[in-house]
Amino acid sequence: MEATVAIPPWRANLATVGALMVRAKNELVRVPGAAIPGVLAPTIFFLGLNGVFGALTQLNGFSTGTYESFIVPVSMLQGAGFTGAAAGVNLARDIEQGWLDRLLVSPAPRWVLLAGTVLAASARSLIPATFVFAIALALGAGWPGFDGLLITFVMVAAMAAVAACWGSFLALRFKSQSAAPLMQAGMMALILTTTAYAPLALLQGWLQDIARVNPVTEVVEAARQGFVGSVTWAGTWPGLLALAGLLAVLGALALREMRRQGR
Amino acid sequence: MSSLVRNARVVRALGMRSIRQTFRRPQLIAPIIVFPTLLLAIQTGGAAAAVELPGFPPVQSFLQFMLAGAMMQSLMLAGNSGGIALAVDIEMGFTDRLFSAPIPRFAIVLGRLAGTAALGLFGALWFLAIGLIFGATIESGVPGALLAIVLVTAAAMAVGGIGAAIALRTGSASVVQGLFPLVLVVLFLSSAFFPQELMIEPAKTIAEYNPLSLVVEGIREPMISGIDAADTLYAVLAILGIVALGLVLSARALRHRLRVG
Repeated sequence: MEATVAIPPWRANLATVGALMVRAKNELVRVPGAAIPGVLAPTIFFLGLNGVFGALTQLNGFSTGTYESFIVPVSMLQGAGFTGAAAGVNLARDIEQGWLDRLLVSPAPRWVLLAGTVLAASARSLIPATFVFAIALALGAGWPGFDGLLITFVMVAAMAAVAACWGSFLALRFKSQSAAPLMQAGMMALILTTTAYAPLALLQGWLQDIARVNPVTEVVEAARQGFVGSVTWAGTWPGLLALAGLLAVLGALALREMRRQGR
Repeated sequence: MSSLVRNARVVRALGMRSIRQTFRRPQLIAPIIVFPTLLLAIQTGGAAAAVELPGFPPVQSFLQFMLAGAMMQSLMLAGNSGGIALAVDIEMGFTDRLFSAPIPRFAIVLGRLAGTAALGLFGALWFLAIGLIFGATIESGVPGALLAIVLVTAAAMAVGGIGAAIALRTGSASVVQGLFPLVLVVLFLSSAFFPQELMIEPAKTIAEYNPLSLVVEGIREPMISGIDAADTLYAVLAILGIVALGLVLSARALRHRLRVG
C-alpha cells in the first residue's frame, strides 16, 4: 500500500490563496474589457480634475506648482479603491451564482478564502496605478524618485486591500451585487474626504475637521510626499499605521461575515 | 377615448414604471443622487478657496457656483440610467411584449423619457434643497429657481433620448453602462465644475465648444447673478439640439430594433 504524505496546513493554505489569485488573474486575461472601467475611471478623474481644478495651484498654500503632481497619487489611490470595490462586486456575483457555496464546503479555512480575494485585488490595483502614473508623467507630473514611487505603490496596494475588505464585508452581508454603489461610494468618500483636492489649510471648515480625523489623509500625504517634496520616514509611518489600522478593522469585519456564511 | 388621451395614459404608465424601477434598484438611483451629492460635498469643501482666484465670477460661495454642475451631473446620469433600464427591458423581453401591444411605438420611448425627465426634476429639486439648506442663495429668487428646474428637466429628457437610442440600437445593458465614464469625460470637458476661463488647456478650448457648457451656464446664471435672456436662449437651443439628435438616433435605432427583433 502506498503511503500518503500529508501536506502541511500552511502550504495547503498558501496554495489555495495562490489558486484564488490565479482565478482572479484569469478573469482579467480572459475578459480584458472587465479591467477597462477600473483603469478608465481613475484616469478620467485624473485628467478631468487636472483640467478643471489645475488653476488652484495659484493659491497660497500649495507646495507644488503643478496640479498633476498634487493630484496623481490621489487618482492612483482612487484606482485602488475602485479595484477593491470591484473585488467585492465579484464576490457578490460568486455568492449569487453559488460559487462561494462550493468554496465553503472545501477544507480551506475561511480566512484563506478572504485572503485570496483581498490579495488578488491588491495585485490588480497596480495596473490602474501604473497606467495613471504613466499618463501623469507624460503630462508633466514630477518624478517622485524611486523611494517616493515605491512608497506610493505600497500605499496603493494596501489601500486596494482595505477596499477589498470593505467590498467583501458588504458582499457577504448583503449577498447581492446591488450593494455595489455602497462599496464604491464608501471608498470614494473615504479617499476624497482628505487633503485630496487641496492642502488642509485651504479646505472648508467641515472638510478640514473630517480630513484631520480621516486616517486616509495620512495615506494620501504619504503617497504624495515624493511628488511634491522629499520622502521622509516621518511622512511615511503615519500612512503605514493608518493602513494597518484600517486593514485590521475592515479585515476583522469581513472575516466575521465570512465565518457566518452557511451557518 | 381619443387616441391622444389613450397614448398619454400609456406614456404616464410607462413613465411611472420607469420611476418606480429606479427607486427600487440602488444601482440605478446611486448615480443620480448619491454620487453627485458626494462629489458636490467633496468638491465644494475641497476647492472652496477657488473663489479667491483672480477671474472667478462673483459668487456668494463655491457651493452656489457648483449647484448647476451637480444638477448637470445628475441629469446626465439619469439619462444614462434610463438607457440602462431600457436595455435591461430589451434583454428580458419586456420591450418585445410592448412592441406587440396595440400602442404606438413612440409611446414606448416617450414613456421611458418621461420617467427620465421626472428623475431630472427630482434631481433639480434635490440639489436646490441641498443648496438652500447649506446656505446658498438663488439670486434671481423663485423665477430663477423655476427656470433652472425647467431647464434641468428638459435637459434630462434630451440626454435620455440619446441613452434610449443607444439602448435600442445595442440592446445591451452592459454597453450602455459602459458609457458611464464617457458621461464623466463630457462633463469634465464643460464648464460644469469650474469657470471655463480658468480651466487648463485643452479642457478650456473643448469646454468652449461643448454644448453642455451652454446648458450649464443657462442653469447657473439665475442662481449666481440673475436671469439672462441670452444665456437662457443659448441653453434652450443647446437642449433642442440634443433633443433633435436624440430623436433622429432613436427613430433609426427603433427601426433597427424592429427589423432585427
